[in-house]
Amino acid sequence: MTRKSVWFAGVAMAVMIAMLFVGSPSVKASINANDQPSGANAEVKIDNFSFTPQTLTVAAGTTVTWTNRDDIPHTVVSTDGVFRSKVRDTDEKFSYTFAKAGTYPYYCSVHPKMTGKIVVQ
Amino acid sequence: MRDKKQNLIDQKLQDLNNDGVDRRGFLKCMAWAGTGLVWTMSGGIPVSQAFARNMGKDGKGGDFSFVQISDSHMGFNKPANPDVVATLQVAVDKINGLAKQPDFLLHTGDISHLSKPEQFDTVDQVLKGASAKDVFFVPGEHDVLDDNGKSYLERYGKGAQGAGWYSFDKKGVHFVGLVNVLNLKSGGLGSLGGEQLEWMEKDIKHLKHSTPIVVFAHIPLWAVYPEWGWGTQDSAQALGYLKKFGSVTVLNGHIHQTMQKIEGNVTFHTAMSTAFPQPQPGKADSPGPMKVPAEQLRTLLGITDVNYVRGQHSLAIVDSTLG
Repeated sequence: MTRKSVWFAGVAMAVMIAMLFVGSPSVKASINANDQPSGANAEVKIDNFSFTPQTLTVAAGTTVTWTNRDDIPHTVVSTDGVFRSKVRDTDEKFSYTFAKAGTYPYYCSVHPKMTGKIVVQ
Repeated sequence: MRDKKQNLIDQKLQDLNNDGVDRRGFLKCMAWAGTGLVWTMSGGIPVSQAFARNMGKDGKGGDFSFVQISDSHMGFNKPANPDVVATLQVAVDKINGLAKQPDFLLHTGDISHLSKPEQFDTVDQVLKGASAKDVFFVPGEHDVLDDNGKSYLERYGKGAQGAGWYSFDKKGVHFVGLVNVLNLKSGGLGSLGGEQLEWMEKDIKHLKHSTPIVVFAHIPLWAVYPEWGWGTQDSAQALGYLKKFGSVTVLNGHIHQTMQKIEGNVTFHTAMSTAFPQPQPGKADSPGPMKVPAEQLRTLLGITDVNYVRGQHSLAIVDSTLG
């Protein structure tokens, strides 16, 4: 091969590889809508007998605030005894700061079919 | 002259059968029969039976009766019902207007909305106006918030065991009040727990199989709709203890609508709320308060009148709405 053709092949390969990355969905997927920067406040909405988002991923040190927008009172209770809110009526809130990484499943102790999860990274 | 003739006609219509019912009384009875229907589920299809047939052979009524009310949610004030005191009062008026006054009342829980002392107080106050002075309670999940039922027990737990379960007898009928709203597990249903089940087994062990039993608890003891938590995960064990009895009636609340199921010797029945209705299973996103036009509200709230006739197999259960 001539030096010129080798050079062209190299450029073409580089361009192809670059295009692969630009179009790649896996790069975009790591930027999750649920990710929050460390220390910021993260929100969970309680409405219609559900926690939204049902799974929330946050950085260690984040304070998560649950707000009850339902017309019925609910509670936020860790299944592993890590946190437990008092009953929250409409518009009342509960906050907890997650210092340690881990997975924290929780539920409403009044309506136990309502479940959620905080994933702390 | 015309008045005299009219009087004679009225007299002739009076008490033709010598059964103590005159024309006006007869018309009243017929109106009552129209509103009082006993609904049963036969193969999943609701079947209504005329009230009169269940009242005993001579139509004079059973040996005693009681009224079940449920889910008063005192303290609730959202659009579905901004005045739950008023509707509870209507329920009491309805009780006081029954042709046969009940011997006592059963409240199957969610007495309060937020377990607050003033909410329990208000219910007690309103119920003082009922003709029946004895009221037996079991807690709903709204009655045991934050303190695991401690304040409920202090108020209503006299003579009860554990979390508030107990039994009593009335004229040969054995009543068992159960608590299935504590220690609920994530993703789970109502729960009776080992200690209570053990107590229940011992409590009914030595009763004659012919003793009619009435079990009452807040959350349904049958799987009405598990997706919404409308069931009790360990009720099968309790129902197992009841299998040998010839007449078992299970009265529940929690779902804010009437539903009935008959399985062998067991009649399951849920009562309406006196506070707000809830949607039928699966007919909404969630089991929360169902808003209806104001003029319809009272047609979806109600009380349950239960009559016991000695010797009859099952208790006569009649639901009636508040409006």
